[in-house]
Amino acid sequence: MKKNAIEIKNLDFFYGKSKALKNINLNIEEKKITAFIGPSGCGKSTLLRTLNRMYDLYPGQKAEGEINFYGKNILGAKIDLNLLRSEIGMVFQKPTPFPMSIYDNIAFGVRLYENLNKKMMDERVQWALHKAAIWDETKDKLNQSGLSLSGGQQQRLCIARGIAVKPKVLLMDEPTSALDPISTNKIEELTNELKRDYTIAIVTHNMQQAARISDYTAFMYLGELVEFGETKKMFLKPERKETENYITGRFG
Amino acid sequence: MMDLAIYKRRKTKNIIGLFLSNFAMLLGIAALLSILFVLFYNGFAAIDFNFFVNSTPAAGSPNGGLANAIIGSLMIVGITTLLSTPAGILAGIYLSEYSGGNIFGSITRFISDIMLSAPSIVIGLFVYAVYVSKVRHYSGYAGAFALSLIAIPVILRTTENMLRLIPVQLREAAFALGAPKWKVSINIVLRAARNGVLTGLLLAIARVSGETAPLLFTALSNQYFTSSLNKPTANLPVVIYQFALSPYKNWISLAWGGALLITLTVLLLNIIARVFLKENKTA
Amino acid sequence: MKKDSREKVIAVQKIQDYLFHKITFFFASLVLLFLIGIIITLVIAALPTFKEFGFGFFISDDWDIVNKKFGILISVYGTLVTAFIALLIAVPISFGIAIFLTEICPPMLKRFLGTAIELLAAVPSIIYGMFGLFVFAPFYGSYIQPFLQSTIGKIPFVGVIVSGPMNGIGMLCAGIILSFMIIPFIASVMRDVIEIVPLVIKESAYGIGCTTWEVVTKIVIPYGKNGIIGGIMLGLGRALGETMAVTFVIGNAQKIKLSLFAPGASISSTLANQFGEAEPGLHYSSLFALGLGLFIITFVVLTAAKLMLRNMEKKEGVKS
Repeated sequence: MKKNAIEIKNLDFFYGKSKALKNINLNIEEKKITAFIGPSGCGKSTLLRTLNRMYDLYPGQKAEGEINFYGKNILGAKIDLNLLRSEIGMVFQKPTPFPMSIYDNIAFGVRLYENLNKKMMDERVQWALHKAAIWDETKDKLNQSGLSLSGGQQQRLCIARGIAVKPKVLLMDEPTSALDPISTNKIEELTNELKRDYTIAIVTHNMQQAARISDYTAFMYLGELVEFGETKKMFLKPERKETENYITGRFG
Repeated sequence: MMDLAIYKRRKTKNIIGLFLSNFAMLLGIAALLSILFVLFYNGFAAIDFNFFVNSTPAAGSPNGGLANAIIGSLMIVGITTLLSTPAGILAGIYLSEYSGGNIFGSITRFISDIMLSAPSIVIGLFVYAVYVSKVRHYSGYAGAFALSLIAIPVILRTTENMLRLIPVQLREAAFALGAPKWKVSINIVLRAARNGVLTGLLLAIARVSGETAPLLFTALSNQYFTSSLNKPTANLPVVIYQFALSPYKNWISLAWGGALLITLTVLLLNIIARVFLKENKTA
Repeated sequence: MKKDSREKVIAVQKIQDYLFHKITFFFASLVLLFLIGIIITLVIAALPTFKEFGFGFFISDDWDIVNKKFGILISVYGTLVTAFIALLIAVPISFGIAIFLTEICPPMLKRFLGTAIELLAAVPSIIYGMFGLFVFAPFYGSYIQPFLQSTIGKIPFVGVIVSGPMNGIGMLCAGIILSFMIIPFIASVMRDVIEIVPLVIKESAYGIGCTTWEVVTKIVIPYGKNGIIGGIMLGLGRALGETMAVTFVIGNAQKIKLSLFAPGASISSTLANQFGEAEPGLHYSSLFALGLGLFIITFVVLTAAKLMLRNMEKKEGVKS
């Protein structure tokens, strides 16, 4: 039976006075990969950043409407943002390793909400690195700085850091756009593995990537959700003319 | 038809201008070198074993050293560092992480920029009026208080600037894990900027190590060694000032020794600070 | 169970965040508090003087400790004259250094020579004072002063500024020493100003056949005018408030003399010399009044400098 992790209803988003998202309605299904595509500036990253309320860091940005995360409206005033973000992880465009050891990069997030003893923490770190398919490359240098890894490794470290806190949803904002093809490939394989346990929402400007890895695809244009549906169907037989133009490379 | 005379005149002007620029640079370097040369020439002779173990001599008596002044300076600068480091760094965190575009932040930034260059002797007057005149005696603590007022704006502004260089994505990545703001600020942002912040600290220490004017009315000096900063405390700058203007030969010689010591310390701190900053930029 | 402990953590975090915000705010506001504290303290300590002499304090050239008559003019005169001399010497030299570092210097020496100039700024002012008194003043007394007297001294009317005995110290000597203290500050701002001029603008000037000198004087300077003035004001602010370098060589005489060879006194040198021995009373409060005057003068100059430089920072922001 289908179950939705996130249900977005009538969502509008504003940067000051300008409206960046217009009446978005969309459901993100549990343990599936949902991809957001569209030309630059279409609002796909903005949409992703409403899901963990990252926009709250900046004055003047606000969202209206409803985003239900397992039935709870996260746009409501009573939501604790830190708690919300510990349940909805995020991976960014550029790798963002913290200025500390590989081990502490993982442990930092875990320590925020859990009080684990040394052994359990070791296990958790190993588990997360393993999950993110980077254990073999890092197991001998856990005490080295996270900055000493290559770009692709750093990004997998960031994914490991994200899943170490055991969130329910993982948001990925163009996670491979700064990486070489081999690293990109590794991360795509990884997302396929991860969807067994996590719900993933990924923003990408690479249509092939969306086609390769996602179950559902949302095409956005000028702040509106143009089309949303199963990826296979959308890439083979798009309903809307704009979608077809975009995925066939006629604009954008 | 080109008028070669005009071109020639322009070219001559160019050559004279550039020659004068070279000369200006030479003058600057010559000033630095001659100061260093004079310091080494006069100061080196004064520095021996006694210089470091004996206290300042009484007027007219021979020998002596600057041991009490060196220790006093170390203590005063040490207390200054302890006072101004947390204050400057926390204030810098506020300006960079919390103030956003608010007016309070802009005013604080503006004021501390001005305090960076404000006359240090006035700081000495202020501390005299609010502290020394109230407790009715000069003290090392008063000196450290005055120096802290000079150091805090330096640390504050470098900290703020260094924190601002940290990319916003790093903060977002930490927030995305559910980290509270104070942990993001301290464990992630400040940590990422630690070399730059350390540079600011070293520059602030270097700056206050050589300050004389604010100590004249606060720490004053003391002919003897004191381990209590609650009394007038001997310190290098004031001792140098008093000895250099004295009629006694051995005092003047000691003043040169102290001057060499303090200049080398300050220049060394500056050079170390630059190395740190360079590492930070490449990392 | 797990949910519960998370909520507890959240509650603790909330308090920590609140405290952290307030603590950092407190330390940031210290800077403001100190500024206000300095002004109020100086005003209060100077009150007896203002009550006694009223506005007359600001236009009186008395400084008579025995008869308790005080005015600010002598010290202000000395402060302004020495600072002005310092600027007169420092500005062209700083300009030359900035041009050298940006346009002439071979790249491999750039960092080294740039650092050397910055280190000149790090040398404590008391060292400048000693250097001035023991090394520069004798040289100045036996070569520069006679030279000036035999040249400028011969010019009618103007000659008076280099008249009088030539004993090495005096206001001109203090101004020269000061100039070397502020050169690094002005030079480094000027260098930054030249460096933020967009390369395309410089290249287009070179493209129509300008010489380096023309590019700098006709293109770069107008472009960075505000920044350069700001840098000069910053140097002026430093020069006005400097104590040690001046105290050693100005001669410390409470007199206004037209001759730059004559000894004089600046606000800061008067404070350094007299504050330690001042008895509570008018002398003491007049010294505070001097300090207040100095603080206000430098505050105004530095504010102007900062405003000028702020425009430059904006330009830089646009560029990057």
